[in-house]
Amino acid sequence: MEKENSFLVGIYDDEDVLLDAVAKVRKSGVKIHECYTPFPVHGLDDAMGYNYSNLPIVGFLFGVTGTICALTMMIGMMGFDWPMDIGGRPYIPLPDFIPITFELTVLLCAFGMTISFFIVSNLNPWSTPRMFDPRSVDHKFVMAIDLGVNKQDVASITTLLKSSGASEVNKKSFE
Amino acid sequence: MHVTSSVRPPLVTGGKKYEDVTQDICKQVEGAPSTAWKISFTFSVIIFIYGGYCLWMTWYDGIGMWGLNKTIGWSWDITNFVWWVGIGHAGTLISAVLLLFRQKWRTSINRAAEAMTIFAVICAATFIIAHMGRPWLGYWVLPLPNAFGSLWVNFNSALMWDVFAISTYFSVSLLFWYVGLIPDFATIRERATGIRRVIYGALSFNWDGSAKTWSRYEAVSLVLAGVATPLVLSVHTIVSMDFATSIIPGWHTTIFPPYFVAGAIFSGFAMVLSLMLVTRVLYNLEDYITIDHVESMNKIILTTGSIVGIAYLTEFFMAWYSGVYYEAFAFQNRAFGPYWWAYASMMTCNVITPQLFWFRKVRRSLVWTFILSIIVNIGMWFERFVIICTSLSRDFIPSSWAMFSPTMYDVGDFLFTFGLFFTCFLLFAKYFPVINMAEVKAIIKSSSEEKH
Repeated sequence: MEKENSFLVGIYDDEDVLLDAVAKVRKSGVKIHECYTPFPVHGLDDAMGYNYSNLPIVGFLFGVTGTICALTMMIGMMGFDWPMDIGGRPYIPLPDFIPITFELTVLLCAFGMTISFFIVSNLNPWSTPRMFDPRSVDHKFVMAIDLGVNKQDVASITTLLKSSGASEVNKKSFE
Repeated sequence: MHVTSSVRPPLVTGGKKYEDVTQDICKQVEGAPSTAWKISFTFSVIIFIYGGYCLWMTWYDGIGMWGLNKTIGWSWDITNFVWWVGIGHAGTLISAVLLLFRQKWRTSINRAAEAMTIFAVICAATFIIAHMGRPWLGYWVLPLPNAFGSLWVNFNSALMWDVFAISTYFSVSLLFWYVGLIPDFATIRERATGIRRVIYGALSFNWDGSAKTWSRYEAVSLVLAGVATPLVLSVHTIVSMDFATSIIPGWHTTIFPPYFVAGAIFSGFAMVLSLMLVTRVLYNLEDYITIDHVESMNKIILTTGSIVGIAYLTEFFMAWYSGVYYEAFAFQNRAFGPYWWAYASMMTCNVITPQLFWFRKVRRSLVWTFILSIIVNIGMWFERFVIICTSLSRDFIPSSWAMFSPTMYDVGDFLFTFGLFFTCFLLFAKYFPVINMAEVKAIIKSSSEEKH
């Protein structure tokens, strides 16, 4: 059927209209593929039923890794590999290790979390995104409905989108 | 839904709509460079080349080309380093700290301020590498396995902490800045054609603005802001420890960390104002960077300037109250010794003139703000010079007392960083979106004149 890889794209002019529309469309049983907005719309992730991202946990784990690496490195080098007697002070002066431990914690947390974000969201310089409507990164709010997964016919979904406040409803297919 | 008081003045004026924001910011990226831009760019590149020659000579012949002597082993190099790092503090402060405090006015200035941070830290790093004398051995600061058995770097040293602090600060700031740029590059990509589309397409990292990605983006931004906030405070704390952990009278002070951090924010905001006041006029951004933004920044300058003023007085009080003879002498020498003029410049520029910002008229005057921001930048350079040079110039043994006079290579290396900074900043202003379009669009409904 012509439904393979083909989408209905509802274009909204206002984020609040989109928020209400998402609730309405989901209630009617139509599955939304995804919404595309030019800026983060607060409450859209809830309306779409997304859970809060696990990335902060990933960041925390990377941070802990940074802490462990920093302490292992400094204690290993100064305490065991080449202990130096500096005025009879301890070989492992923990207070002196605080700044570098902190910096490496932050460094690994920030990079680990952001690179994880790039990987899970498929953000990379070599891919070309599927844009349902180029205006969705400018001033329009876009809701895409995958015709392949929805049983309803095109006309009824179009009516639904129109009645939920869409200013345009277009059809879009990808190769 | 978000509710904003109608009493609160709008952050974005001119009744802008979403498409107006895109148009106003993208037209700078898409249009041909203006004459003013070309003149400034040429000028910056000339300074950069001249400074590059001086820096090359410094590297080729060694730091004997500077005016350093046996007594004054640190002077303009470290003064300039601390000055640039201080300036670099405003960017992350604006984007991270103000994000945590939900200060929405940050959205118009955070992009440019972060760019300034990154370029300022590069300038600071130039001096760190140059002052080593043998820059090609600069990697010795890293804890790498080496040919001397396994003699590692000394993690007790504040200078070692500095290596980690500055490099972490630079990389995390760059990351934070770039993550914020990705959605805006996507906006430019969709408007561009040909080779520009390919370049901005690669820069935009496959961004499509889906709700799921935005949700993750927001989570990542919040955590990045959370870790960047203590990071900003740690960096200048550690820079101050380069001095505070030594035994030189005038440096050996516990007040240094908070005092340096306040001074860094003070000078950083002054530099943001100097740059943004010019950019806003040249790029017609008056609706995005309003007088209210300028006033908010001036209030921060007033606050941090006053903190710095109190720190100066506290230092003096402690020099007397501690009863340490050498400390008392160091401070008498600062104010009344041969470098009294540097001390007087510092006091005038950092403590006295910013007090003019108590007047609402001055805070809201662009001309006054611009003049005072330049004065603050000069004053903060003198602060570092006073701390470093006057403290060293009077050694414990009077026979080694000395004065410092800069050579053309001291001046040239400083000029090099100016050339580098402005060349980078002008390239940024031409090819990157100077205002965070996505974030401005997100606040426009609650904070613009347009009623919805």
